Amino acid sequence: MAANNAPGLVARILDSDVYASFRSTKIVMVAAFIVLLMFIGALFAPWLAPFNPFDPATVFLADASIPPRWQDGGDPRFIFGTDDQGRDLYSAILYGLRVSLIVGGLGVLLAAAIGITLGLLAGYIGGKVDSIIMRVADVQLTFPAILIALLIDGVVHALFKGSSREDTAIPVLVISIGLSFWVQYARTIRGSTMVEKNKDYVHAARLVGLTAPVIMVRHVLPNVIGPVLVILTINLGLAIITEATLSFLGVGLPATQPSLGTLISIGNKYLFSGDWWIVTFPGATLAIIVLAVNLLGDWLRDALNPKLR
Amino acid sequence: MLAFVIRRVLQSVAVMLAVAMIAFVMFRFVGDPINQMVGVDTPQEEVARLRASLGLNDPAPVQFGRFIWNALHFEFGTSYQFRLPVTQLLAERAPATLELAFTAAGFALLVGVIMGVYCALRRDSVLAQVFQAVSLVGVSLPTFLIGILLIYLFAVILGWLPSNGRGDVVALGGWWTTGFLTKSGLRALILPAITLGLFQMTLIMRLVRSEMMEVMRTDYIKFAKARGLTTRAIHFGHALKNTLIPVITIAGLQLGSIIAFAIITETVFNWPGMGLLFLKAVQNVDIPIMAAYLMLIGLLFVMINLLVDLAYGFVDPRLRVAMRA
Repeated sequence: MAANNAPGLVARILDSDVYASFRSTKIVMVAAFIVLLMFIGALFAPWLAPFNPFDPATVFLADASIPPRWQDGGDPRFIFGTDDQGRDLYSAILYGLRVSLIVGGLGVLLAAAIGITLGLLAGYIGGKVDSIIMRVADVQLTFPAILIALLIDGVVHALFKGSSREDTAIPVLVISIGLSFWVQYARTIRGSTMVEKNKDYVHAARLVGLTAPVIMVRHVLPNVIGPVLVILTINLGLAIITEATLSFLGVGLPATQPSLGTLISIGNKYLFSGDWWIVTFPGATLAIIVLAVNLLGDWLRDALNPKLR
Repeated sequence: MLAFVIRRVLQSVAVMLAVAMIAFVMFRFVGDPINQMVGVDTPQEEVARLRASLGLNDPAPVQFGRFIWNALHFEFGTSYQFRLPVTQLLAERAPATLELAFTAAGFALLVGVIMGVYCALRRDSVLAQVFQAVSLVGVSLPTFLIGILLIYLFAVILGWLPSNGRGDVVALGGWWTTGFLTKSGLRALILPAITLGLFQMTLIMRLVRSEMMEVMRTDYIKFAKARGLTTRAIHFGHALKNTLIPVITIAGLQLGSIIAFAIITETVFNWPGMGLLFLKAVQNVDIPIMAAYLMLIGLLFVMINLLVDLAYGFVDPRLRVAMRA
């Protein structure tokens, strides 16, 4: 069996061109390190954070607006100081990062799921289905994603009038991001599906009598899914920005369940009273993670593009 | 050529109808148009009578037709929050947004072209590297963070510029208000315009840089050098002129995005424009304003795209042939 002779997965990764290109680009390694660090921070936030910012029992108003530890008036318990309600900013950032990454990640995955499904259908079936899906994509592409996300957010909230924003915030954001970013996946998948569907193996599968859904999912999909990884990475940065922007604008996550955008919007209110740290640290975290994810995405796009090798 | 124009116009109308359809569905089915006319204690018969008199029991296509007819007459119903006609609310705020957007576009174009030309001509200088780094940051940072950064720097620390509102405005002709004529109005415009224009500025800078570097390698530039023209005449009379055609196209296409992105900038700077109105509508689920704003932005994008396409058709003979084929 060929599989037995093949080297293990780890060895194959270490031996690949992509890994070589990764090793040779210092800035990408730094970016990957930062992204990894932030993911770990987000994943283990409950253990890494000294406080739980969601637990009102550990938050005291008397601790409000304490500057960072190294400044005059700083408190050794709070590295980056506290916000207006006395929450430890470092803990709030870790938890906020967690929310931002969850919303951004799920949003991008939803966008990919919608885009891949519609792209496969458009490319494989063609005809009317194709032209309807692609016209919708064209129309949507003329509008900025943030505008579409805002509209969807408003509409979904109107539909769930009974429930409060706190319960629906995360699903609404994920849906908004998913419906705003699907077009790119659909276009990519449609293009490669149209190429694949005329190849012999698809004709063979059809001759054997497999149904269209089985051919699409089991045979065409694995051959067209490659570029999706790159779009996913590049879109993750955009999705994090979109979530932060929506939360900043006050239509995303509420102050009781803050993401990085919510923390920035809270900090923005205290900018003029000299409490610079409330906005600076969440803002810097957001900027760094987006920059790192974007660098990683750009590199991945070039590294996986055989034309540039 | 005529066939191309007609087909392109028809396409735009179709897109506009699709946008109107979405707006109609939002207006009619997500929100309830009689929402703001009845109170909790309005009797059921009264509600039913109101429904019938407004034609809300008619078939959906008839209602859609009426919605389009009203939209053509700038009738978008009444805002739930303000209990005022949506058209009036939007018209009051349009000058603020348009002045901000055009200032931002002008800033982006002017500074972007200058920086781009500099980066192309002095590719290895330190300043060019700085410009490149700035452009990377401008693309990566979210707009609202840039706004906060500028406010912190210029309004809080240095105290040079205001960070809130439009300053004093002057009414012109009863329907337009301008901040261009007062000192406080102009000062208030600086930070929002930079925030809004920064992304487009970096885009234009990168475009000008790469286009200009390409043009500088062409034969007619070599020929101009051989003719002994001054460097200045070559750079600005020949190279820049040929660079600017794609740049102006992109800048035109970006104008729509600038107006749409004004939502964020207007929120950061509390600028009393249409974007802020739209955002308040989203926060308070004020469907008529959302529907009207969607139609407005849709019209804007469709018109800009149409004009650019038609202009291309007139300017570029190759495109005309391709269209006919």
